[in-house]
Amino acid sequence: MPTKIEKDSLSGQNTTGHEWDGLKELNTPLPKWWLWTFYACIAFSAVWVVIYPALPIPGATGTSGWIAREAVVRDVQQAEARMAPMMNRLRAATPAQIAADPEMRAFAMAGGRGAFANNCAGCHGAGGQGALGGFPSLADDEWIWGGSLDAIHHAIVHGIRANESDDQRQSMMPRFLADGVLTRPQVNDVAEHVLSLTNRATDQASAGRGAELYADNCASCHGEQGEGNRDLGAPRLSDQVWLYGGDKAAIVQSISNARAGVMPSWGKRLDPAIINMLTVYVHSLGGGE
Amino acid sequence: MGEIKTPDKLKPESVAHAATSSLYADRQRVYPKAVFGKIRSVKWAVLILCLALYYLVPWLRWDRGPGMPDQAVLVDMTNARLFFFWIEIWPQEIYFLTGALILGAFTLFAVSSLFGRLWCGFTCPQTVWTDLFMFVERWIEGDRNARMKLDAGPRNGAYWARKIAKHGAWVLIAAATGGAWIMYFNDAPTITRQFFTGEAGVTVYFFFALFAGFTYLLAGWAREQVCTYMCPWPRFQAAMLDENSLVVTYRDWRGEPRGKAKAEGVGDCVDCAACLHVCPTGVDIRDGQQLECIGCGLCMDACDSVMGKLGRPKGLVAFETLKNLSASAAAAAALPPGPERQQAGMAARRVPRFIRPRTIMYASALAVVALVMLGAFLMRSTLDVTVLRDRAPLFVRLSDGGIRNAYTVKIVNKTRDEAPLTLTLEAPAGLRLTVQDVEAIGEGRYALSRRGDGITQYRVFITAPAGARLGESTPVTFRLLDSAGRPATSQSSVFLGPKP
Repeated sequence: MPTKIEKDSLSGQNTTGHEWDGLKELNTPLPKWWLWTFYACIAFSAVWVVIYPALPIPGATGTSGWIAREAVVRDVQQAEARMAPMMNRLRAATPAQIAADPEMRAFAMAGGRGAFANNCAGCHGAGGQGALGGFPSLADDEWIWGGSLDAIHHAIVHGIRANESDDQRQSMMPRFLADGVLTRPQVNDVAEHVLSLTNRATDQASAGRGAELYADNCASCHGEQGEGNRDLGAPRLSDQVWLYGGDKAAIVQSISNARAGVMPSWGKRLDPAIINMLTVYVHSLGGGE
Repeated sequence: MGEIKTPDKLKPESVAHAATSSLYADRQRVYPKAVFGKIRSVKWAVLILCLALYYLVPWLRWDRGPGMPDQAVLVDMTNARLFFFWIEIWPQEIYFLTGALILGAFTLFAVSSLFGRLWCGFTCPQTVWTDLFMFVERWIEGDRNARMKLDAGPRNGAYWARKIAKHGAWVLIAAATGGAWIMYFNDAPTITRQFFTGEAGVTVYFFFALFAGFTYLLAGWAREQVCTYMCPWPRFQAAMLDENSLVVTYRDWRGEPRGKAKAEGVGDCVDCAACLHVCPTGVDIRDGQQLECIGCGLCMDACDSVMGKLGRPKGLVAFETLKNLSASAAAAAALPPGPERQQAGMAARRVPRFIRPRTIMYASALAVVALVMLGAFLMRSTLDVTVLRDRAPLFVRLSDGGIRNAYTVKIVNKTRDEAPLTLTLEAPAGLRLTVQDVEAIGEGRYALSRRGDGITQYRVFITAPAGARLGESTPVTFRLLDSAGRPATSQSSVFLGPKP
C-alpha cells in the first residue's frame, strides 16, 4: 500500500505514493467510467466463455453449441444450395451446350479452374502444362486420344488404363526388347528411324534398316509416317511433342520397355456437373479442338 | 504553446476526492448554461448546415441513365461502386478517397495552426450532435440551474417524466442519425420503405443500431468525456499550434486581479463565472490553455454579454494569439487596473502572423496533394486494358515446333458505351494473334465486344512459327482501337520462349 502521498509542488498534483529511488509518480486519476468499461469487458468475456467454445478442453463447446467446424459446414451447404440450380443445369447439359452458353460457360470456367487445381494439377500441372514422364500437356495442340470436348469428357469419365471402367481408354504397347521381339541393335535401328521422321537421324544406314522393322512392328499403330492413331492412343511420332522425351535415349527406352501412362476414371469420383466443368475448362486451355 | 496552467479541477484543493488520493476520478457533471451572442449564432448556423447536409444529401437525385442508381451520393457495396454526383469510382480507384482524406487532414492542420481548434469547437460531429442533444435537454429540463435542481431533487413523477421525455427525444435523434447513415449505402427511398416493412437486411439493421446507439451514447452520455479521454486529436494538435495561432484566451492582463464590479483597484473580470457556466466541457478558460478546451468560444459570448451590461469593453475573453497576449501583458504590466491599462494592452497587439513557415508548409502540402489529386482525376481513364500473361505454363511447344503464349485480356469499361473495340498486336513479324472463340475480322484484328460499366475477359494467344528467331523474351503491345480506328488504349507485355 502506498503510504506517503504528498503534493507535488510544481504541478500541484498529488503523488500516488509510489517511489522508486526518488522517482515519484503523479496521480492523474482515470475516470471511473473507464474502470467500469474495463469491468464490463471482463464480464462480457466471462459470458463469452460460457456461450462459446473458449476453453481448450475437448467437448467444451459452450452453451450455444456453436462450433467453428459446423459453421464452415453450414456455410459450404449454403454455398452449395446457392449453386444448386446452376449445377443442375450443368449436370443436364452436354459439354458442347455448356461451351455455347455464355452463362454456363462462365460458371464452368470458374468451377473448372478450381476442380482442376484440386484433382488434375498434381499430374498435369497448374495450367495444364503437363510434365515430362507421361503427364501430357493439355495446353498444346497434340492429343493422344483426341482433343474434342467429347474426347476429353470420355477420357475424364472413364480414365486411361486404370481398369476402373469398361469404357476406359485402353491400349498396350509391346515391350519390344524386354519381351524379346527385337534385339538391341534392332531397337537402335528403329530409334534411328523414328528420329528420321523429324529429320534428326544421325546414322542414315541404321535408320534405313530401322524403316523396315518400323513398318513391320510399329506402323500398324503409329502409322506409316509416324502420324499416330488416336483411336488406339498411339502418339504421333512425327511432331515436336514428346511425352517421355524426344532424344534418342528416351526413344530407345520407350521401344525397349514400352510406355503406358495411367489416369484414374473420374466418373465414379466426381459429380457429373464437375466433370462437365473440367471438360470445358481443359478444352479452353489452348489445345481444344 | 506558451504557458500551460493546471486546470482547477486537477488542483487538489478544489477537488474533494483528491484528498483521498483515489486513482479513479468521479465524473464532474457539466451543466452548460444557455448563451446568446455572435459565436453562438455562428455555431447554430454551422450545426444546421452540417446536420442538414448529413440528413438530406442521401435524398439528392442524379440521373445516370437506365439501370443505374439515381442517388447523387451512394456507396454501392454490392456492385463495388462509389457514386458522387457525376463521378463514379471503382474499387481500384479508392486512392481518390485516400486523397480526399489526406486533403482533409492537411486542411485540418492548416486551419488549426491558423485559427486553433475550429474543427473541435464548431464542426466535429461530436460537438455538433452534443450541441443538438444539449439543446433538446435544455428545452425539456430547463437551463443550468433548473437541471441542477432537478438532478439534486427528489426522484418524483415530474423528474421521471422529464428524464423519459429527454431520453426519448435523444433516442429519436439518434435513430434518425443511424437511419441517415444506412441511406448512404442504399437507395434512400427504397431502404426507408424496406426498413419500416422489415425487408432490409441484417447488415442494414446492424449499422443502423450501431450508429444510433453510439450517437445516443456519445452525444447524450459521454459528451466532453469523448474529447477529454477518448479523442487523440486534442493530444497531438498541440503540435500544430504555436504562439501565432488564434486560440480562445482570457486576457488576464486586463481581467486580473478579479473582484466585484464596484470594488477599487481590481481588473475587469468580476468573477461572475459566466464563462465557466456556459462551457460545454466544464473548463475555466481563465486557467489558460488546456487540453479540455475545445475552442468553441461560447465563453466569449458569455463574457461579452456581462461586459456589455457593465459598460466595459468587450473581448475580455477573445480569439487571440499567445504572442499578442504576452505583448499586451508586457505593455500593461506596470499600469494599475483601469481603462488606461486596457488601452495600453490592446495597443500592444499586432496583426497575427498568418504567413509563417508552419502554415506555408501545410499550405504547400495541401496544394501539392490537391494538384496531384486533380491531375489524377483529370487523367482518369474510363477505358483500360489489362493483360495477364499465363505463368503456368510460361509457353507451350506446339506439335509443329511453334511456340505459343497465352494471355488473359481484360477490358475495363467504366462507361456505358458498349461499342466493340478492335484488338491488334504490335510485335515482331511472324507473331500471330488469335482470340479464343472470336473470329478474326482481318489480318490479326479481332472485334471484341465489351460490357458497359464492367469488365469483359478474353483468352488470347500469340503464336510464333517453328524456327522463328526470337529471344527468350520479346516485348509485345496489345492495342485496342475504337470504331474509328483510333488507338483507345494499350498494354505491353512480353512473349516468352525457350532459350535460343
